[in-house]
Amino acid sequence: MTDRPPRVGVVTFPGSLDDRDALRAVRFMGGEGVPLWHAERDLRGVDAVILPGGFSYGDYLRCGAIARFAPIMDEVRAFAEAGGAVVGICNGFQILCEAGLLPGALIRNRQLRFVCRWVDVRVETSASPLTGEIVAGDVLRVPVKHGEGQFVASPADLERIEAERLVVFRYCSPDGSPAEGANPNGASNAIAGIRSEAGNVVGLMPHPEHAVDPDVGATGGQPMFASLLSIAQARAA
Amino acid sequence: MSSAEPLHVRLGLTDDELEEIRSTLGREPNDNELAMYAAMWSEHCSYKSSKVHLRSLPTEGPAVLVGPGQDAGAVDLGDGVAAVFKIESHSHPSAVEPYQGAATGVGGIVRDIISMGARPVALLDPLRFGPLSDERNRWLLGGVVAGIGGYGNCIGVPTVGGEIGFAEPHSANPTVNVMCVGLAPAERLITAGREVHAGSLLVLFGAATGRDGIGGVSVLASRTLEEGADERRPSVQIGDPFAEKLLIEASLELIERDLLEGLQDLGGAGITCAVSESAARAGLGAELDLDAVPLREPDLEPFEILTSESQERMLAIVRAEHLDDVRAVCDRWGLTTAVIGRLVEGGRLEVSAGGDTVAEVPARSLTEDAPVYTRPMSEPDDEDAIADDPTFATVTTPVDEAFVTLLRSPNVASKRWVWEQYDSIVQGGTIVAPGSDAALVRIEGTLKAVALSTDGKGRFGTLDPYLGAAHAVAEAARNVACTGATPLAITNCLNFGSPERPDVMWQFAQSVRGIADACRAFETPVTGGNVSFYNEASASAIWPTPVIGMLGLIQDYRLAVRGAFEGSGSWIYLLGETFAELGGSEFAEVVLGTVAGRPPALDLEREHRLHALLIEGARSDLFESAHDCAEGGVAVALAESAIAGRTGFAATLPGDVPAHVGLFSESASRAVISVAPERATEFEDTAEAMHVPFFRLGDTGGPRIVFDGLFEMDVAEVAAHYEGAIPELLAG
Repeated sequence: MTDRPPRVGVVTFPGSLDDRDALRAVRFMGGEGVPLWHAERDLRGVDAVILPGGFSYGDYLRCGAIARFAPIMDEVRAFAEAGGAVVGICNGFQILCEAGLLPGALIRNRQLRFVCRWVDVRVETSASPLTGEIVAGDVLRVPVKHGEGQFVASPADLERIEAERLVVFRYCSPDGSPAEGANPNGASNAIAGIRSEAGNVVGLMPHPEHAVDPDVGATGGQPMFASLLSIAQARAA
Repeated sequence: MSSAEPLHVRLGLTDDELEEIRSTLGREPNDNELAMYAAMWSEHCSYKSSKVHLRSLPTEGPAVLVGPGQDAGAVDLGDGVAAVFKIESHSHPSAVEPYQGAATGVGGIVRDIISMGARPVALLDPLRFGPLSDERNRWLLGGVVAGIGGYGNCIGVPTVGGEIGFAEPHSANPTVNVMCVGLAPAERLITAGREVHAGSLLVLFGAATGRDGIGGVSVLASRTLEEGADERRPSVQIGDPFAEKLLIEASLELIERDLLEGLQDLGGAGITCAVSESAARAGLGAELDLDAVPLREPDLEPFEILTSESQERMLAIVRAEHLDDVRAVCDRWGLTTAVIGRLVEGGRLEVSAGGDTVAEVPARSLTEDAPVYTRPMSEPDDEDAIADDPTFATVTTPVDEAFVTLLRSPNVASKRWVWEQYDSIVQGGTIVAPGSDAALVRIEGTLKAVALSTDGKGRFGTLDPYLGAAHAVAEAARNVACTGATPLAITNCLNFGSPERPDVMWQFAQSVRGIADACRAFETPVTGGNVSFYNEASASAIWPTPVIGMLGLIQDYRLAVRGAFEGSGSWIYLLGETFAELGGSEFAEVVLGTVAGRPPALDLEREHRLHALLIEGARSDLFESAHDCAEGGVAVALAESAIAGRTGFAATLPGDVPAHVGLFSESASRAVISVAPERATEFEDTAEAMHVPFFRLGDTGGPRIVFDGLFEMDVAEVAAHYEGAIPELLAG
């Protein structure tokens, strides 16, 4: 074991907005936040990677459609293929789907309006970089803020996603039960986040980085970051 | 506008103004020069009708670092941190094209904050529309809100507050104001006092210049909207929030690395304004080469380049030895840079294109030496409206019915439909989000937070513009004080009809007097703002609506007080006193159907004492909740605290006024607080010592709201009315 704190890289694309917030959350939870730059081909030896929220390149095409071509994405893909933990939050989730690292796609919210509110999500599996230390069935309170967060996939993909238990988070009522009103964007099967088949890549629409500091709201993001830091720590060791 | 009119008239200049230009230049101005003067001497840029009145506003105080006259005001928050803030209107463009009008309003005010060297940390959007029963008003609301969200959400600046009102006079011409707040190390502020040298380069960075927004300030913002206003859509600029986000980051990096002598945003009047202000402020002149300006389309005329209001552009003043570093920073952020000229000794602004001099004017003549008018004023004759005071009307509506009508009135009902479309949490500093009396945004690395509120009282204003304006300041300060923060300073956006009408000018002067008196009483100086005239269509002006943006400071945000009741068994108090004052109230308008009478009296000293008690109560952690009492009176204030806390209450109102007065009167200087029973004596002693009258209304708890002897209702039902009203109206 080394004594150094786990190093978590956060990629800044032009138009990233929650990059500083993700770095702050990593620090808040005891890790070392490492800024990464879209135009570089260097992950600076980090133990995990976060693709943060925002509007990369303005998202004037499809969300995440341009960011997937950024030079650093080659490194992120290689890192993921080698088993490294990669987390995509909001725009980062969109980028991971565009890059083919996660199945499905994110389209405009069903109500066709941006939505910013606190939601509850039920953890569906412990087998992801964000849920290793969480028991399936736990309910976490986290905020969402997006205009294009409706998760969709082809019927076949959706069936596979459910059969292979790739769903990591599902929108739910505060007691964990399904509820139509709890789904802020009309996502298929109330899916808020999914993982890759290998289980080391996870994408989610909610923003755990805005839910670690009790001074600014609920703390549903704390166990997610704790899980991520634990995996990163193991890699650092 | 007929093409038979001479050019200067078509550009919005009067014959007298043309004469003044001739005498300044000692010759006939050419077309380019006319376009420059028309833009810079427009009401929007020059404040020519308002200046004489604005001079009476208090602008100095111990916390003020930068007062009016620069891109934004600044106050000292201690520990070397400065808050930079300003409010501006984008009403005319929004009336013509709501999405882009509102979006570019956000972009413009954000650049004002950046150009002072501060990182934008919060946006607030005070809005006024006509009634939602009208389809066009619903379209305008939807477009404006989507535009604010579409831009604000994409640049990573949280929208944390604002307020929305609905009234028929705002139908033709909605009121769209945007306030932005930034934070910066105080020593890094880019203030007018900075040394700027002749020979320094004018570096334009950001977007290329196109034909959009030509005549924005003179054609759109400084005239009334009339039939065919839709044809002015080409005068509305188009926003690119992605470019703005890059501008924010690049500008802040340039400032942090100390590579700039000056920084100016390009807004109204475009390059002409940015260059002439930069030069005049430094007592210098400038050489400007239009051939160096990157263009979006190749065949722009010089006058178009000079006055284009293309968005997302900034002008930096750079010493030659820093040029390479400046270019490197902008390159890294993918922004184009162009050296478009330099500052020179002497005061002349010389513009060249294609090797010829196409304009040559004294820089100061465009800015500081613009005309100033003392417009005629006359008090309108509205004795009837004042005499017909609803306070004394016979009321037949049962109070529970009136209560529901008020809760469902769009002025009172929850605006969640609006603020859920705004990202209110990005940057991670939002302690108190929209839907509260005031928003709180923390200062990173400290326990301090700024408290922010915007308020305007148009209905009071139309009955008594002096009182309406003073009430707006009082309510803004009270909202800030309810959180426990100390009000420090204001910015204001003065929304009025045509200054060429003596009755409007009288309203304006009265309003400025009201703001000045209230700001003196509360020791909250004015650090800047914006005047928006010509808000009328078909000879019918909007309500006189000065909107106050108040900035306060709380030393320890952990002690901040919220509006929600916190569980059962707390004692509820009304601070202040209720008088028979229904003039200009929400009750009078939506229940009695009348906008008449005198607005409530306002004793500024009494109001100030209330603020002091609210701040002290928070500091000593006395209050479990505190909520301003305004539209809809005590009844609505209690209901809002109950809804927010999902906790009922039982209350008995003071018995000295009729029930509907006790419930719905909008007497000034009041708040509803709750206190743990064991702290009640301490609270009462404190209130007495601070000379604030109080009345124990009752207790929190239970699933129902109960007005003893009057009516009761489930909190869930109250909440359903309050939350459901606006979505139902918008569903048509």
